[in-house]
Amino acid sequence: MSVATLHHADVHGAHDTHHEHHHHETFITKYVFSQDHKMIAKQFLITGIIWAFIGGLFSVLFRLQLGYPESTFPWLEDIFGHWAAGGKLKPEFYYALVTMHGTILVFFVLTAGLSGTFANFLIPLQVGARDMASPMLNMLSYWFFFLASIIMFCSLFVQTGPASGGWTIYPPLSALGDASSGSKIGMDLWLVSMAMFIVSSLLGGLNYISTILNMRTKGMSMTRMPLTVWALFFTAVLGVLSFPVLLSGAILLLFDRNLGTSFYLSDIVVAGKILPNEGGSAILFQHLFWFLGHPEVYIILLPAMGMSSEIISVNSRKPIFGYMAMVGSMFAIAILAFLVWAHHMFVTGLNPFLGSVFVLLTLLIAVPSAIKVFNWLTTLWKGSIRFTPGMLFAIGFVSLFISGGLTGIFLGNSALDVHLHDTYFVVAHFHIVMGVASFFGMFAGVYHWFPKMFGRYLNNTMAYIHFWVTIVGAYLIFWPMHYEGLAGMPRRYFDYSNWESFKQFASLNQFISFVAMIVFAVQLLFVFNFFYSIFKGRKVTSLNPWGSNTLEWTTPLRPGHGNWPGEIPEVHRGPYDYGKDGNEFIPQTTPVGEHESHH
Amino acid sequence: MSSVAMEQQQKIHPHKFTLWVAIGSLVMMFAGLTSAYIVKRNQANWQTFDLPVLFWYSTGVIVLSSVTIFLATRAFRERAMLKYRRLLAATLVLGVLFIALQALGFQQLWAKGITLQKNVSFSFLYVIVGLHAAHVLGGVIALLLLFAKAFSSKKRIYNLVPIELAGTYWHFVDVLWIYLLIFLMMIR
Repeated sequence: MSVATLHHADVHGAHDTHHEHHHHETFITKYVFSQDHKMIAKQFLITGIIWAFIGGLFSVLFRLQLGYPESTFPWLEDIFGHWAAGGKLKPEFYYALVTMHGTILVFFVLTAGLSGTFANFLIPLQVGARDMASPMLNMLSYWFFFLASIIMFCSLFVQTGPASGGWTIYPPLSALGDASSGSKIGMDLWLVSMAMFIVSSLLGGLNYISTILNMRTKGMSMTRMPLTVWALFFTAVLGVLSFPVLLSGAILLLFDRNLGTSFYLSDIVVAGKILPNEGGSAILFQHLFWFLGHPEVYIILLPAMGMSSEIISVNSRKPIFGYMAMVGSMFAIAILAFLVWAHHMFVTGLNPFLGSVFVLLTLLIAVPSAIKVFNWLTTLWKGSIRFTPGMLFAIGFVSLFISGGLTGIFLGNSALDVHLHDTYFVVAHFHIVMGVASFFGMFAGVYHWFPKMFGRYLNNTMAYIHFWVTIVGAYLIFWPMHYEGLAGMPRRYFDYSNWESFKQFASLNQFISFVAMIVFAVQLLFVFNFFYSIFKGRKVTSLNPWGSNTLEWTTPLRPGHGNWPGEIPEVHRGPYDYGKDGNEFIPQTTPVGEHESHH
Repeated sequence: MSSVAMEQQQKIHPHKFTLWVAIGSLVMMFAGLTSAYIVKRNQANWQTFDLPVLFWYSTGVIVLSSVTIFLATRAFRERAMLKYRRLLAATLVLGVLFIALQALGFQQLWAKGITLQKNVSFSFLYVIVGLHAAHVLGGVIALLLLFAKAFSSKKRIYNLVPIELAGTYWHFVDVLWIYLLIFLMMIR
């Protein structure tokens, strides 16, 4: 078969847009309605950064209330009007802030911002494809996310406030408009926005899976794919199989809210009025929600794992330890993710025998997790480590994953969970293992691939300040919360100062809030560094600044649509041939037997 | 056969593969709904119902439409464009007829007192059957686009992929309906 035919077959998903690109490329087609996966990735990243700013700001606001419950801040009233009358947040507003903080960070930042950015950017570049399987669907994926963002943003400004029943939107609170002010129009907008968001995730996920399975360049067998691509692949599979179930749960909730059905409602009295709804079950929603909700944890975590694996291997100048074990453990995590959802529901009256099955399955996750941690540590072991900012964040990810993962073993045990459920122990656990850890993976990715994205480097001094303040701050914020949780301090309370038993934590809460503000300020430094460096950062001069083996570094400094100007390179070896036979690194494009010439 | 076509035979077209993954995703949504239905059925206050006779007619219609779209794809492959257009039109009509019959079936149910709000089992019936009809409607829109293309395009490009995609999706909603019908008959 001729080379030209092969070339054609490689690009058949993308070639039509590739043609278009030669004819005309206006500002609109290049920057706005772009079908280039690299531009779409940047759109996801920048939208994600804006959302992270909003979501982070909300946490600072409600930490003000938790840390300083007795104080008033008149400037709050200037900004938020009656929601902060007298300079103190109203409880309804506090709940709205907490709910939106969770929703924004879980879905808009750590799902869309993380997968959307790096799956789009890295999959075609690392498997050797000109673009995604369907660039059109890919563009739609971003614009559905944009639409979801606009609707969610608008919901912040409706008169009765945004959704305020927690990011898990449990009925009946979320199903009855009269239940709270946040259950009115804000809740409807939340559901519509999430429906758009789910469509966006599905379109993205379909594309990622098809691209990985069908559009790899010659020689790029599955077992030669970088671990980043493997991680993004499992992430997409989890999303495609679990988001539709959340959608079905949300549809039933919309019916309950607006069309008088009783899927989740039964025997409810609101404001002295007995509702006609009968025969529903609120627990049913929890099953449907957590069937997504638990895989969602791994949708957030797996990309961070994949990127950290890649960055740790590159910057240790050593092959990743146990490549197949890494893939296998991600596969095991992906399977188990679907079998553990009821561990969120141990105290809902779940049959204790069933509970013990879920305990066993939950604790099994410790096995693949431990394999991964072992492999990261053994990759670092005796490596020639370069502490680039990306590397520091990748190592920070491993640290946080260990700390947060260990408390998961406590919570996964149904007997202990009866005590720990809905306390600050849970808040500490998931913020460390899923929130901060994934953020570290994301930061690692941004620092590592920024040169490829924008052709410039981020400022290293600001990066090191960002890293050290963030990792120390994250532990200072969340470590003490474990103790509060063990002492029984419940989550989701507006004010703890009324309880004798929690008064002892007043100064600790104040300390946590203080640190949270510092950590938030340092994130602003990162945002400044990010936007400043896009325009003014030090220019990248070498094609492969990190001495990396993977294909994205074989593209030009600023690759156009189509990624490689000529033929797509052919792959001859795995992605982790570092420090082999006296070579510092051997790119995947080097044929076996030729690497001796690379001295 | 050209070498590109040979290449495509070896490797599934990415759009087709994408559709298969999307079908997997849709299956999960209906699996979520039907398993919620099973869970709910085992709890108190569940009323059984009989499906309207019209659902049997609509089943016949959608099975027939699967046959016509299969024949349409074959006609397209043989470049029998007139036959292709007729069969595509027939599929389109049958698709609309299916949706109409489902709507009439809902009317019959409603008249018998099986209303959306009366019992959870009825609510489930409406939501599941309604969501399926919405997916058939999506297929009808796709067929409309193909139909418009079959008449309007000045350049004759024999691209088999769009019709094959539509065909696969159409067979999927057909099979999905048969599954749902059997499910709703067996488990009430």
